[in-house]
Amino acid sequence: MRNVDINRLNEMYLDILKELGNIGAGNAITALSTMIGKKVDMQVPKVKILDFQEVSDIFGSADTIIVGIYFDLDGDVKGNILFALDIKSAASLIWSLMGLEVKEEFDELEKSALEEIGNIMAGSYVASLSTLTSLNMKISPPAISIDMAGAILSVPAIKYGEISDKILFIETQFIEGEKLIKGDFFLIPDINSFDLILKALGVEVNGK
Amino acid sequence: MENKIYRVGMADAKVTQSPGILTTIGLGSCVGIVLYDPITKVSGLVHIMLPYSNKMSDNSNKLKFADTGIQILIEEMVKLGANPKRLISKIAGGAQMFSSKINSDIMNIGERNAVATKEVLGKLGIPIVAEDIGGNYGRTIEFYSEDGRLLVKTIGYGIKYI
Repeated sequence: MRNVDINRLNEMYLDILKELGNIGAGNAITALSTMIGKKVDMQVPKVKILDFQEVSDIFGSADTIIVGIYFDLDGDVKGNILFALDIKSAASLIWSLMGLEVKEEFDELEKSALEEIGNIMAGSYVASLSTLTSLNMKISPPAISIDMAGAILSVPAIKYGEISDKILFIETQFIEGEKLIKGDFFLIPDINSFDLILKALGVEVNGK
Repeated sequence: MENKIYRVGMADAKVTQSPGILTTIGLGSCVGIVLYDPITKVSGLVHIMLPYSNKMSDNSNKLKFADTGIQILIEEMVKLGANPKRLISKIAGGAQMFSSKINSDIMNIGERNAVATKEVLGKLGIPIVAEDIGGNYGRTIEFYSEDGRLLVKTIGYGIKYI
């Protein structure tokens, strides 16, 4: 299969990817809003193409502690999904959902609740894209890690590293109405899946 | 010379002389490989993401891989006056950040990186004098070329010199 050159994606492709983020994250965030019974606002998705050296700093510093919930994306479209929250937001989320106050550390129940929230959101994201493109997409069970941002981001970066020297991701930030919960949703499609996504949407590949 | 700190990102490498400090922040499944010539105190740190360059379709960034990354690091260190026969190494990282509920290759890439690193260093005859490998947590490392100490910092798993 001919690959799309990540360095030569034109504005139109980027707009399409942003729109995918818009639709997917819109659904994911509606699901979140329903779960916690609060209004959640979403920002315009950003498509970023970064060198690996820059990746670990997307949360400010590589040693910022974040909660990361990770999914493998498989089926016609491959890649991965990362749902990231700062510690305070994750604790607020647990509070909103379960009425539990998180002590110094998240216990197993709380971690599992966060995984499940991520699972519902990622499921909504992928289901809406799958409907839109008529492509088969399924996500793995969620896996959580609470650690340095750089270490968590190394996982999708390594996966991308096998096929490219840059990483492309579609990032959608969201913020709950009272600003207690802020999060980031990343769709990181495998570069080899671009052709398929664009074709499914009726876009001619290779910039003709 | 001041104690300058050189930061090494993913798929990146830096070399220095005493008393320079080499650091990489938030190592996950990647491996940080420090090479050190104890006589000249020429030091290098490479942050590799993947095991072997020849198994990948895109291998243009040589610093991404254990085999080519170590090779380039040695070349750069020799330019600063290191003797390749005297080099010793310290390695850290190779964690599995997410639990194995996800049953794919990417989940044990940390281990594969660590194994490849040891194989490459072994073939080059570079002894590994200290290591902090594996687990399911991230690490920040700082190497002090002045005395060869490697500081390993974690979230919840302590801080130590190796």
